[in-house]
Amino acid sequence: MKTLNRRDFSIDLGLSLAAAILLPVTNARADDNLEVHIDNFVFQPPELKIKLGTTVTWTNRDDIPHTVVSAGKFRSKTLDTDDKFTFTFTNAGDYKYFCSLHPHMTGMIKVE
Amino acid sequence: MSGHDHGEDGVSRRKVLECMTWAGTGVLWTVTGGVPRSLGIIDSAQAATAATPGMTFLQISDSHVGFDKPANPNALGTLEEAINKINAMPVKPSFMIHTGDITHLSKAAEFDNADRIISQSKLDVHYVPGEHDFLDEEVKFYRERYGRGTKGQGWYSFDAGGVHFIGLVNVVDLKGGGLGNLGAEQLAWLEDDLRGKSKSTPVVLFAHIPLWTVYPEWGWGTEDGGRALESVKGFGSVTVLNGHIHQVMQKVEGNVTFHTARSTAFPQPAPGTAPSPGPMKVEDAKLRSMLGVASVNFKQNEQRLAIIDTPLQG
Repeated sequence: MKTLNRRDFSIDLGLSLAAAILLPVTNARADDNLEVHIDNFVFQPPELKIKLGTTVTWTNRDDIPHTVVSAGKFRSKTLDTDDKFTFTFTNAGDYKYFCSLHPHMTGMIKVE
Repeated sequence: MSGHDHGEDGVSRRKVLECMTWAGTGVLWTVTGGVPRSLGIIDSAQAATAATPGMTFLQISDSHVGFDKPANPNALGTLEEAINKINAMPVKPSFMIHTGDITHLSKAAEFDNADRIISQSKLDVHYVPGEHDFLDEEVKFYRERYGRGTKGQGWYSFDAGGVHFIGLVNVVDLKGGGLGNLGAEQLAWLEDDLRGKSKSTPVVLFAHIPLWTVYPEWGWGTEDGGRALESVKGFGSVTVLNGHIHQVMQKVEGNVTFHTARSTAFPQPAPGTAPSPGPMKVEDAKLRSMLGVASVNFKQNEQRLAIIDTPLQG
């Protein structure tokens, strides 16, 4: 199952990359896509302020799997090393999230 | 004292027995921050049988089958070394407990490989899950293999050699910002399980994440672990065996002895000594001195169970 998921991820990535390249330059503003890295059991940056419609991509750069979970909002599959999870924020609000395997790891996305 | 002193140079039986008694009862908690590494698992087993019969069981933990990162590219191989070490014991232990993180990513093949190696011990194995064992989409691989006859998310109890063993699950339904979690349902079951038990019955609680707070900054503790300990208050002998932190840590509080076992896969840093609790890469030559198993001996009328940690090497 996991292998399939990883493949799904890379297909998604490939598609979104292709889409990004095809999109008109005016739409490709810097804050359309933002990144959160997981390093040393920490979401970096721990808090992001973004505009509605922004897509955030989390990348796990640890040797240990993590997840990205915001109760009732979004939930990633288990991310092994270098796996990614992407979510597009279409509703304003504060999204507290955490790693369901290591719950002391927490982060926040504020959508305006 | 070295376990290899009992050679052919005529050590008296009395001397040997002194050694063994010490091995069986005195090693633990008096040594600060370490364990007598020269005492092999074999010596402790001999001590257990020669000095007093007692019952010996083993604890292995955190085998992380499937892990292949630099900290140990062959976690299955080191698990097999641990099992070989167990098989080399002259006296067979009664059974084994595994305190979770059997696999790294809960893949069916990882569970199969773990079972193929661990079953070579030909011992009954009592498992509790780690968070790495519940990662498959339907959370069914662990339960299919080890959940039979358990309650809730996989907790259960059994009796062996006059000791009451309770396997707890503290890796489910974790809350953001929190630690390990037992939950109300499990705590209620625990109360019920202990009801009517004589307070002189030795109790062993085992679970993956430490039931006491080792280092909350790294999530090393259980939110409601204190409530589980409330349930065993009044019992004359309580031993808490955990894994998760991939290193030996121990303390005694009143009648309760806390102990964490080494991993058979990779070491993790001591609390606060590294930027994160992730796998610790050490020199290849040093790795096996930081992996290992624990052997636990129980003797009638002894308040504390004697726990001896044995590294794979050194």
